[in-house]
Amino acid sequence: MSDTQTLRQWLLSETPTSRRHAKLSALYQGWLSLRANTMAMIGLSILVALVLVAITAPIISPHDPFTQDLSNRLAPLGAEGHLFGTDSLGRDILSRLFYGARITLYIVALVALIAPIAGLLIGTVSGYIGGITDTILMRITDIFLAFPRLVLALAFVAALGAGIENAVLAISLTAWPPYARIARAETLTIRSSDFISAIKLQGAGPIRIITKHIWPLCISSLIVRVTLDMAGIILAAAGLGFLGLGAQPPSPEWGAMISEGRRFILDYWWVATVPGLAIFTVSLAFNLLGDGLRDLLDPKAGE
Amino acid sequence: MSLNEQHTQRRPIRVPLAEKLWPFLRASVNVFGSVIVTIFGLLLITFIIGRVMPIDPVLSIVGEQASQSSYDAAYLELGLDKPLLVQFFYYLWDVIHLDFGTSLLNARPVTEDIARVFPATLELATIGIFMGMIFGIPLGVLAAVRKGSWIDQIARVVALVGYSMPIFWLGLMGLFLFYGVLGWVGGPGRVGIFYVDIVPSVTGMILIDAMLAGNWDVFKNAFSHIILPASLLGYYSLAYISRMTRSFMLEQLSAEYITTARVKGMSEWDVVWKHAFKNIRVQLITVIALSYAGLLEGSVLTEIIFSWPGIGSYITTALLSADMNAVLGGTVVVGLIFILLNIFSDLLYKVFDPRAK
Repeated sequence: MSDTQTLRQWLLSETPTSRRHAKLSALYQGWLSLRANTMAMIGLSILVALVLVAITAPIISPHDPFTQDLSNRLAPLGAEGHLFGTDSLGRDILSRLFYGARITLYIVALVALIAPIAGLLIGTVSGYIGGITDTILMRITDIFLAFPRLVLALAFVAALGAGIENAVLAISLTAWPPYARIARAETLTIRSSDFISAIKLQGAGPIRIITKHIWPLCISSLIVRVTLDMAGIILAAAGLGFLGLGAQPPSPEWGAMISEGRRFILDYWWVATVPGLAIFTVSLAFNLLGDGLRDLLDPKAGE
Repeated sequence: MSLNEQHTQRRPIRVPLAEKLWPFLRASVNVFGSVIVTIFGLLLITFIIGRVMPIDPVLSIVGEQASQSSYDAAYLELGLDKPLLVQFFYYLWDVIHLDFGTSLLNARPVTEDIARVFPATLELATIGIFMGMIFGIPLGVLAAVRKGSWIDQIARVVALVGYSMPIFWLGLMGLFLFYGVLGWVGGPGRVGIFYVDIVPSVTGMILIDAMLAGNWDVFKNAFSHIILPASLLGYYSLAYISRMTRSFMLEQLSAEYITTARVKGMSEWDVVWKHAFKNIRVQLITVIALSYAGLLEGSVLTEIIFSWPGIGSYITTALLSADMNAVLGGTVVVGLIFILLNIFSDLLYKVFDPRAK
């Protein structure tokens, strides 16, 4: 029997011998069922490719993304040395796409850190403490939830000034309320369960209960929601970039690239088409993976 | 209907009107409180945004070269010497009186500007939501009835693509293909340049104005201009509406009363449309209201692409020229409509769907 098989058996054993064993085993089984979902795996592969491209951008880019070559501007698709042509300043579109992957990942990662953590904090505190705190916090959440997100983000960016970090902040400010609602709902169901009463009897304080016992149980539904929201976050960031409120030139942000190509859409259509396809592919990948994760981690939410 | 009676023994079929309205009234009073709080929150947030704005509001009024005395006069006139709380009440007072200040760009009252541009957005979003309903609901119902079939797969892909596509990019592509290459539709703007200002503006919605004036040339031209951006918005609401319709229908179709109806030999058409669909109407209306609110917002980027002179274009143009009064006024108006539509759909759901209690 080979090593891998024994490892597999160890992972699939019905009687875990330790906490770590049980955790790894659960993870492995989750991975197995995710692997059976072709669509989710396609999404995951695209995202892995995106990360690889972002990491190796300086190596795999055929040209420098900022070097202008005005004699060779607006070269068509498949032009010599420029697979996706060049933009209005003669910069290689393919190289700019590769570097743009970094910006997309940067935005997504930051929002995915800020918004769910803020939501988790507010939601669990609100749900655990209850009473007047709960009322006030949830009222604030509702107010933010009742807002048109893009318009609010626009107003925030207007106040803070254009730029990637401000765009991230504006998107996060509009993205946290759903997470707070989810975390609160989870907390309310967990709070009254027997094991919480048991650890309370053992003398655990509220901070310990929230951080060690409630948070870990909220994570899975939050992950699903975050993955499903990623597509929306990418689209919002690209929209802000398109309006000139996100990443600033000469940054190769995909939305800004579309905005640049917009002026030439009727004659040089590829300049705007290529970065749009990139945005579409990545947000599609997040949606596919999110659907798969939802089926896996939160079966009741699916149809 | 005897079948319905079996299914809903818990409540009488014929509820007197007064009894039907009573929960509506009670819910309205409850909701009224939360509307007030939410709107208050909206105004507070926009006020704070206006305060943290790095641009000096006085300088943008009097200009860089203003003398110290005119600067001070404007400073006092704006009430900037008062405590923040007092300023906030001034702001509330103004908004209640529909006064958002004057636009720095054209020195006109922001309220007037918004009243002028809003019908364009309304027209666009309304046609969009109708398209979304006309195609989205049947698609969702079909996908649920034929679950797992090719039509279900198509519906799934259509929705998935709708969720993943940047709307401004799809608009650009549409403009390139249907206007640039094929020439099937009118280009950016509401009407062609030869048709501008021919019909008098009554409602501000050019299709209706053209109809009122009986000028069918203008109507045709305006229609060729609105069809592409409206289809675009329609597609986005279709994605959402068809998915929700599908999941609502699946829930109904797996219920026991459907099996009963089928066992009794009712035709599949009647089972689907007279039984299952009837029961999801309220849920659907709430979804449509929400997606309508979403379209009003989603039109921001669409309007930019199509040079559509609506509220989205207005806010963005104001934003790029740091015209804060216009930005905040636009945000408050869009926010208010959004909140009201939200509340409306909530209310509808609570009142007409007994399961929501």
